[in-house]
Amino acid sequence: MSRAAWLGVLAVLLVGMPWVAGEFYVNLTSQILIAAIFAASVNLLLGYGGLPTLGHAAYVGLAAYLSAWLYLKLGLAHWLTAPIALAGTTLMACAFGLIALRATGLGFLMLTLALSQVLWGTALRWVSMTDGDNGLRGPARPFNLDDATSFYYFALAVTAVSIWLMARFVASPFGATLQGARDQPRRMSALGHDVWMIRWVTFIYAGFWGGVSGLLFIYYHKYIHPVSLSLANSAEGLLAVIAGGSGTVAGPIVGAAVVMLLKNYVSAYVERWNMLMGFVFVLIVVFMPEGLVPGVRRLWRRFRSVT
Amino acid sequence: MAALQIRNLKKSFGGLPAINDVSLEVAPGERRLIIGPNGAGKTTLFNLLTGDLPVDGGSIALFGEEVTRLATHRRVHRGLARTYQIITLFQKDTLERNIALSLLGLSRTRWNSFGRIPEQFREEAAAVLSRVGLQALASRPVSEVAYGERRRLEIAMALAQNPKVLLLDEPLAGLSREERAGVKSLIAGIRREVTVVMIEHDMDTALDMAERITVLHYGRVIVEGSRAEVVADPRTREVYLGH
Repeated sequence: MSRAAWLGVLAVLLVGMPWVAGEFYVNLTSQILIAAIFAASVNLLLGYGGLPTLGHAAYVGLAAYLSAWLYLKLGLAHWLTAPIALAGTTLMACAFGLIALRATGLGFLMLTLALSQVLWGTALRWVSMTDGDNGLRGPARPFNLDDATSFYYFALAVTAVSIWLMARFVASPFGATLQGARDQPRRMSALGHDVWMIRWVTFIYAGFWGGVSGLLFIYYHKYIHPVSLSLANSAEGLLAVIAGGSGTVAGPIVGAAVVMLLKNYVSAYVERWNMLMGFVFVLIVVFMPEGLVPGVRRLWRRFRSVT
Repeated sequence: MAALQIRNLKKSFGGLPAINDVSLEVAPGERRLIIGPNGAGKTTLFNLLTGDLPVDGGSIALFGEEVTRLATHRRVHRGLARTYQIITLFQKDTLERNIALSLLGLSRTRWNSFGRIPEQFREEAAAVLSRVGLQALASRPVSEVAYGERRRLEIAMALAQNPKVLLLDEPLAGLSREERAGVKSLIAGIRREVTVVMIEHDMDTALDMAERITVLHYGRVIVEGSRAEVVADPRTREVYLGH
């Protein structure tokens, strides 16, 4: 079956899902879609840029906080809060990128972590702005998306467009230079490419999509707490990318689904679901070190060659 | 005006001078060979010329334009291209994509973050690969082609950019006799408008490829001149033979 056929089947399943599944599963899928955008944006840095980030939740949290704050404290409408939140998040990514990209590898990882912790600390301690540990509660959803199904379709449309644009990005000439800068940065400079600029542009682009995920997050939960900017949330994004398969378009989506299913579904039955998530992750790394999507593709190719 | 002008170039590593007050001029279209024993500073000199390493002192000019403080990629946009002693290619990518990355380096298309790599780049890549005799391998990943073919691809990536000055760092290293002959004829076929500066460790192999030769030893230029002058100079023999 061709890729287009697979995508067609997936589209039919996703569009038809609310007719057959209950509200719980519709909501769960909405959360998976939000996490998929987040993981895909992490994948731009990790998978295609070779830049392991441990602070990407900062953009999710910042966009969510900005949107909620503008709505609740200033009374602005969603058509204003959304672009302002995205612009603010993107500007923050510009500034953070200037600092974080002074290093690569482990240094980059630690700088992204440190920067996100600054935002997390600010969200927790700047009580007059953020309501501190109570979080900001109460922004209504836009377009009267109050029932599970209508919000699901909204999230599905935003996710489809987001993933498509990110897929176009990595398949573009710029995406080719990004992957070149990941594999041979010195050679890329010697070919006339500005490696630092390539990484910075990608950092900003990834921050923007982190912000889109943050907007969906606040619309879904109608609540934002400093924990959304925490290290644990950033690590979940990283985990989703590694588990699903970094450097692939489908990998982060599958990884996000695995993480969200474990977190939201299995946790209802298994008290120590964190331990189970760790166990699943270890299994994936041992048996499919390249991630689930490339791993399954490998097995499928082997199966096809045998039959 | 010299294609490449180096004045009093200096570079030390932890107090140990690797390039010590080196000055040289290469004329446009010249074939210059830089030779010297291991540790003479040949590759360090190239790294300074390309901006891979910052200089401690001195200046570098390309066609009269000072480039000493320019970043590597900016020097490339001014017509400087290089190959590496240790082959540095995109192993998982096809030969065609390697060339496309080279072509993109000087094209505004590299900032296009929405479209596809234009068909014109494929055609240009095919033409470049054809020029170096690799067209049949265009769709093969680099990791699947032989060492000699990788060497040719290195040179092809540099040539794809139509450079004004081409730096070749030991382009014959690790090749069999037949492969050497192929690469030598490839280098000999480079257009005369391109200034070629080549490092070679093995003097006997490379002498016939050069018009002027510079001998480096412990980071200093000890001899410079035509092939006959350099071969006749006792300091060359001393460096290579120790007597």
